[in-house]
Amino acid sequence: MPPKRKNDVAVKVEDVGMEVDAEIDSGSEDEARRRAKNRRAKPQRKAKQPSEDEEDEDEDETPRRKGRRKKTKARAKDDDEDDDDEDNRSVKSKTSKASRKKAPKDNEEDSEGEGDKKKRGKTVSKKEKEQQNKEKKGNVKGKAGQSKGGEKDKKKKNGSSSSSSGSDDESLSEGEMEALKEQVEEKKKLVATLRNKPWRMKRRLDVLKEAQDFVEKFEGALGKGKGRRLYAFKVMMAKKFIKFKRDFENFKTACIPWERKIKDVESHFGSSVASYFIFLRWMYGLNMVLFGLMFGLVILPEVLMGLPYGTIARKTVPRAEQDTAMDYSVLFDFEGYCKYSILFYGFYNNEKQIGLLKFRLPLSYLLVGVGIFGYSLMVVIRTMARNANEGGDGADEGDFTFSWKMFTSWDYLIGNPETADNKYASITTSFKESIVDEQENQKDENIHLRRFLRVLANFLILCCLGGSGYLIYFVVKRSQDFADMDNADLSWFEKNEVEFVMSLLGLVCPPLFETIAELEDYHPRIALKWQLARIFALFLGNLYTFLFALFDEVNEKLEREKIIKNETELALAHYYANYSSFYNTTDVPPPNVHPADAIRGPCWETGVGIEFVKLIVSDVQVSYLTILIGDFLRAVIVRFLNYCWCWDLEAGFPSYGEFDISGNVLGLIFNQGMIWMGAFYAPGLVGVNLLRLLSSMYYQCWAVMSCNVPHERVFKASRSNNFYMGLLLLVLFLSLLPVVYTIMTLSPSFDCGPFSGQEKMYDVVMQAIDQDLPAFIGNIFTYATNPGLIIPGVLLMVLALYYLNAVSEGYQQANTDLKKKMQAARDEEKNRRNNKDSTNQVMKDLEDLLPNKSLIPRPIEEEPPLDEIKVEKVSKPTKTKPGSSGNGVNLQKEVSLAAPNPRGPVTHGPGPRGGPPLNTRGPQPGPARGRGRGGHPRR
Amino acid sequence: MGNKQTIFTDEQLHGRYHELAPHLVPMDYTNEPDCKVPLSLIVNMPELKENPFRNRIVESFSEGGDGNLSFNEFVDMFSVLSEMAPRELKAIYAFKIYDFNVDNFLCKEDLEKTLNRLTKEELTPEEVELVCDKTIEEADLDGDNKLSFADFENMISRAPDFLSTFHIRI
Repeated sequence: MPPKRKNDVAVKVEDVGMEVDAEIDSGSEDEARRRAKNRRAKPQRKAKQPSEDEEDEDEDETPRRKGRRKKTKARAKDDDEDDDDEDNRSVKSKTSKASRKKAPKDNEEDSEGEGDKKKRGKTVSKKEKEQQNKEKKGNVKGKAGQSKGGEKDKKKKNGSSSSSSGSDDESLSEGEMEALKEQVEEKKKLVATLRNKPWRMKRRLDVLKEAQDFVEKFEGALGKGKGRRLYAFKVMMAKKFIKFKRDFENFKTACIPWERKIKDVESHFGSSVASYFIFLRWMYGLNMVLFGLMFGLVILPEVLMGLPYGTIARKTVPRAEQDTAMDYSVLFDFEGYCKYSILFYGFYNNEKQIGLLKFRLPLSYLLVGVGIFGYSLMVVIRTMARNANEGGDGADEGDFTFSWKMFTSWDYLIGNPETADNKYASITTSFKESIVDEQENQKDENIHLRRFLRVLANFLILCCLGGSGYLIYFVVKRSQDFADMDNADLSWFEKNEVEFVMSLLGLVCPPLFETIAELEDYHPRIALKWQLARIFALFLGNLYTFLFALFDEVNEKLEREKIIKNETELALAHYYANYSSFYNTTDVPPPNVHPADAIRGPCWETGVGIEFVKLIVSDVQVSYLTILIGDFLRAVIVRFLNYCWCWDLEAGFPSYGEFDISGNVLGLIFNQGMIWMGAFYAPGLVGVNLLRLLSSMYYQCWAVMSCNVPHERVFKASRSNNFYMGLLLLVLFLSLLPVVYTIMTLSPSFDCGPFSGQEKMYDVVMQAIDQDLPAFIGNIFTYATNPGLIIPGVLLMVLALYYLNAVSEGYQQANTDLKKKMQAARDEEKNRRNNKDSTNQVMKDLEDLLPNKSLIPRPIEEEPPLDEIKVEKVSKPTKTKPGSSGNGVNLQKEVSLAAPNPRGPVTHGPGPRGGPPLNTRGPQPGPARGRGRGGHPRR
Repeated sequence: MGNKQTIFTDEQLHGRYHELAPHLVPMDYTNEPDCKVPLSLIVNMPELKENPFRNRIVESFSEGGDGNLSFNEFVDMFSVLSEMAPRELKAIYAFKIYDFNVDNFLCKEDLEKTLNRLTKEELTPEEVELVCDKTIEEADLDGDNKLSFADFENMISRAPDFLSTFHIRI
């Protein structure tokens, strides 16, 4: 036995080379024997401290067997042997000197492959250990895993497996389990991150297969018997789950409304046009919620539980209008049956509680009216904050204008020739712009003229804005006069003058502004912002003029209402007096008047609601007509007249229309503003708007795809998105004002709507608090609404605002400072690290991906570390590291290499090691290598 | 308002590959046939057709550098160009794509070629010269008058649009 073992050792010594010498020299034969045995023992031995006697015996036997075999097979097995050895030693390093000596090598191995290779090397070596583990269990010392292809090993394994008893699955110790689990986890992680590795697909596949095999093989080993079946089940379920997740993901994508339509538009017109449609979709979602609130809490209860049509005066068309109430022209103006329908404020009854549920409709009406604003405000602000987060990760401008233009301006998504042509044009323009900017930095031309022109332009635009404001005011005033006249005398134009003029202004002014803006000669980006702001001002001016005119009308109606109210009261009083005097009783029944004949006030709320609905409808008509004429007809003419025209219509003057993003977005925003304002007076308005958004989604998608051409100058969607949201927020706030004003100050109509009979609309809330809540809550409300409390509260909020603002400014300052520092540090780092290992890794990968080299993974993987070792030892700066062929880099490399990785002292020259290490590491990535070699001959 | 992408199954993707060259590509991979689809066919895919760098893209992903792609490489290409791929990975391949002469550096010639493809050669030579000089001046950190990968990565890692533009939806 001993001699054999000695032989064994000797063989090994020869294989491994000088490092092992020390081991043989040191210590007695006994010790050497034990060491030899130990070396053969499994690496996890420490973890498996209670080593059973039987196993020891088995162990004794295995080396013997192995030794015998080895003798016969002589050196053919160099690789395996050595590897095995090394492996054991790396684990046993604490006890044996030799292994200590070898430790540096192992370290190198570990550190050599920073990043991916490290993982790979480690996992592979671990795998070997693992296999050894397993074999130990089965009393076998096979090395099947190390060289999968080896026939010899197969033989060995066969023998071993036949000889092994069924005790294979005998329990693993805790430590082993842990280690195993860890490795399995690691492999799993590798599998998960594999797709992010810049490797060739083949290599990835190999590594993936290897890792998966490993996981599959050993995860099962973690449980026994039943556990294995469980594991198989688990794997199956996991696969099913992944597939399900994939399907679900696809399903989810399919469920996003209009996703495909929008993608379609995006691929043809770029992201900026798509951003409009995404905005439209977002708006649709918002309106869906608003409609849900309105419909569920106001409309539906009134329909289900309220009094039906015709029961009371406010729900009946007056006698005088009944003949024409069903006429189309009347309905189209939202008079007649429309006016006395669920769509408008006036229809709702002021009964405090309705139906079986005792639903408080008036309270609900008020709360929904306010809640719509609250919800919208919340959603808009949240979206803004999210957008700010997304866009806010400091893309510092200016540093890389040209580089970014050069490398990131082409949108790889473009798949349409027209879009591509436009993209070429826009890239060229943007380059030209930048060049001009660059050149203009030096020279300064006639600044006075430019200033004068800009002032002039602004003056002109202010004139336009003022003029349009006055025009609207004038028209609204006139329309009030018309309203007093008989309806039949008026022409269609006179009836719809306000809407017509407003739409016309919205149509004419933007191009006018654009023309005037030519004078200013701003940079197009700035010009666009100006343009947006001006159109916004125009729309806003129009809207507010419209509102003020409306308020005039409302006040007039309020006056009239007062008179009518007095008349009604007088009539009632007369009736009561007459009745009681006639029948001589105090128990007077209510007057028996048919609801259609009842005296009624003008109900200003319904009037306002009708105005808004009409405005929306006419807006829809105008914008759809504009698309039909301005885009579709133009496209048809350009397309078909081009065959028989004297100049090229497509390229020349009319050409095709462009999709006007800014105008459309602003239109959408203002439309929404009107919805917000009008929803309180016309609950049905939200539903109308829903229809409008839905139809315009399809209609505009169709129009844009069929008759528009992409922009020449595409402005970035991501950044202007929050700009739109900001505008939306502003509009929301501005539309909040009049509504709150009316709720708080104007008294509701006395004979229509849910708040009739109240002094102020918010009285319903007060009533609810007083009557239905415990007294102390009412008290609390009284205190809370006390000015003495509100003013300090406001003060506090202002102070908090100030404080937060100051803090955020401080953070911003700190942020910019940090950014600067980071920038400096990064630059420095970049300069230095060009030569460090981590970069080398990337460089290696890059090199690896170069054509014709990727098929020989072995040398590329192995060489760099070798080189490094050599260089470290000899400290020769003339090494040839891949990727570092740049000049002036070597010097820095030396500096940087001195610092990292305190590697073990190297006591011997690189010479003798030159050969073996290549081999030693050869079998490490076992299976991968097998396949890698398989690949060679094919080439 | 993000971009959602649809995950492809192997069959779908291979279907796309197969229809490029039905006579070349087998449907059965059991005995690992060695088939490649030539550059000229791949470049005509609608996804790549309009791309000024289409040849470079395909070449960078082919092992031989000649632009003939096996199915693995084909998958590789769309995997890297998908929305899922991380920025670092995309940066590596972008670098390879713009590296026309395959020397692992972006030198002035590379930039000129890139620029001319981007603008369809509509800029005057002086302008091209100016832009290339400015680009190198901006991005070159180590002063060797060409862009190494480190320079490129440093620059591209801060580009706001890189991720959104450097992907192909198949």
